[in-house]
Amino acid sequence: MSLDPVILFFVLGVIAGVAKSDLKLPPAIYELLSILLLLAIGLKGGVELSKSSMSGLLPQVAAVLAMGFIMPFVLYPLARLGRTGRADAASLVAHYGSVSVATFAVGIAYLNDRNIAYDSQLPLFLVLLEVPAIIVGILIAKGLSDRSQAWGRVMHEIVFGKSILLMVGGLLIGWIAGPQGVQPLEPLFFDLFKGLLALFLLEMGLIAASQGQALRQHGVFLILFGLLVPLPMACVGALIGTLIGLNVGGVTLLAVLAGSASYIAAPAAMRIAVPDANPSLPLTASLGVTFPFNIFIGIPVYYAIAQGLQGLGG
Amino acid sequence: MTEYPCKIVTIVTEAILEQDICELLRRLGATGYTVTDARGAGSRGVRNAGWQSSSNVRIEVLCNPGLAEKIAVQVQDLYYENYAMVLFTADISVLRPNKFS
Repeated sequence: MSLDPVILFFVLGVIAGVAKSDLKLPPAIYELLSILLLLAIGLKGGVELSKSSMSGLLPQVAAVLAMGFIMPFVLYPLARLGRTGRADAASLVAHYGSVSVATFAVGIAYLNDRNIAYDSQLPLFLVLLEVPAIIVGILIAKGLSDRSQAWGRVMHEIVFGKSILLMVGGLLIGWIAGPQGVQPLEPLFFDLFKGLLALFLLEMGLIAASQGQALRQHGVFLILFGLLVPLPMACVGALIGTLIGLNVGGVTLLAVLAGSASYIAAPAAMRIAVPDANPSLPLTASLGVTFPFNIFIGIPVYYAIAQGLQGLGG
Repeated sequence: MTEYPCKIVTIVTEAILEQDICELLRRLGATGYTVTDARGAGSRGVRNAGWQSSSNVRIEVLCNPGLAEKIAVQVQDLYYENYAMVLFTADISVLRPNKFS
């Protein structure tokens, strides 16, 4: 099986970072790329949603949300294994229970290359899965009784943070405008998707390489956590996807979501809500270990699992 | 040209705190402030502004000595323990003292 070129861009970024090259994407460009990718995923999802009927969506949404709320509790004991304190472990599960848009985008590219269709509700699930784990993580860190928590500020950070705002915005715009309305936008958002993703992954490679230092400091636990947690979580995602009747592409993407770890929404929210947690622990695991694992090994494996489950069911 | 004495408070910290600190400054009575993006390195490692989680801001406020002290105490109380942050003050001169409470 040949490697997707966008993944090679990630490798190039890592090499540039390790070699201390002067290559650096200007922050404004990185910002623009992430805005375009978020909107592209949202728009695509919105257009697809406008074509399909909404019936049956509610139980699916409930199942996905339940997964989002329960997974962090299951992960928490594992996160404590590395002699991590309560706040650090809570922050870790908030990141791993939440999802990564970049991994999702690579998953979409993987399916597109193979002409595999995926259910239109997946971008909606992506949005839904960003939030619950962050809330659970904060609750674990602070306890239910802590009234000092400024929930208003934290919820504002989560809901109006750029990732959810743009995804929900894209979904709504796509849904309202429909296929015809969005057509003039297609050259920018859909035709260029892979090129934008390639550039974005180049920068992701640079960022991942910069996590090497922290990885050496925190050592074996983060590497093991980052490598061993995604696969079982993805299996749970795949199982739930199959049970709620998604197609092979949809099951694959739900597995990708379950197996991925956040690095935009969760870090920002946790930094505000749980300031005593060390922010570099989860970021290092998420960016330096889990993200590479998922795009190199995870996504093809999750696809195989989805096919297997579909075979069992059908 | 007449110059009047004034204080400048400079806070270099994580970009995520920008909104909170600016709100605090307004609440304490600062008449204005200036925010710039920053990068550098210190006890919390390199903060190279490559992307959101590692970017810094530099917030500057011109004010009277009393307010400068209030700002320093509050900011220290709220953020010093858990956030990457440097705060320093300096004596400067301005031309229009009534502009800076």
